[in-house]
Amino acid sequence: MMPASKRPLSPHLLIYKPQLTSVLSIVHRGTGVALAGGLLLVVYWLMALATGPDAFGNAQRIMGSWIGNVILFGFTFALFYHLCNGIRHLFWDAGLGLDLKTVYASGWSVLAASIVLSFVTWFVALV
Amino acid sequence: MKSALKFRTPINEVRGLGSAKDGTHHWWLQRVTAVALVPLSLWLVASLVSLVGADYQSVVIWVRSPVVTVLLICLIGALFHHAQLGLQVVLEDYVHTEWLKTTSIVLMKFTALVLGLASVLAVLKVSLGG
Repeated sequence: MMPASKRPLSPHLLIYKPQLTSVLSIVHRGTGVALAGGLLLVVYWLMALATGPDAFGNAQRIMGSWIGNVILFGFTFALFYHLCNGIRHLFWDAGLGLDLKTVYASGWSVLAASIVLSFVTWFVALV
Repeated sequence: MKSALKFRTPINEVRGLGSAKDGTHHWWLQRVTAVALVPLSLWLVASLVSLVGADYQSVVIWVRSPVVTVLLICLIGALFHHAQLGLQVVLEDYVHTEWLKTTSIVLMKFTALVLGLASVLAVLKVSLGG
């Protein structure tokens, strides 16, 4: 038997060419972690509302600043991406859409849908 | 092609348990909360969009509507539960020191519980407060 150290390894992350499937997969995890961090913002907003008009005014001012808006836009995209790709995952869990052609089609659709939904949401919110 | 989807060994079929020793419980709850979060998060986004520019009083009136109060609490419950299940998997995957893995998972779960309860309390205070 070949010694353990000489056995062929699966391709290492750093030399394996990124593919749509692998990139979307890690972005799903990344957006999930980011959204969990974004929950701190939700807690803060609700606590400010429960504290009173002054605290809520401060929260609204911070969220309304340009940096607040950038973070909220990122939050919006992360939410829509995780939502759309999550639905894609639920179809896979049901055993549907697992052939490579459909996996790529649904992957591009998820990407397009989350970008469009983010911009539409902000367009409706600001106009 | 039903048999193609059967990845479990016979002994696992019988025990219903995987490497985490709790079977499909974690996996299943992650899916249940995900399904709940589809309509709930779309509802939240639509509500927040309609609340843009609203002052303190209008937001309070919005939260006080019984439907909104209940949906917000459902949303908070599903969100925090889904988040802590997901973060647990991430920590299990990337933290390789056993004691650190266990400690970080427990701390993360405590944090999620405290923040989730704080959010529910905030909603109830606004909803029921005088």
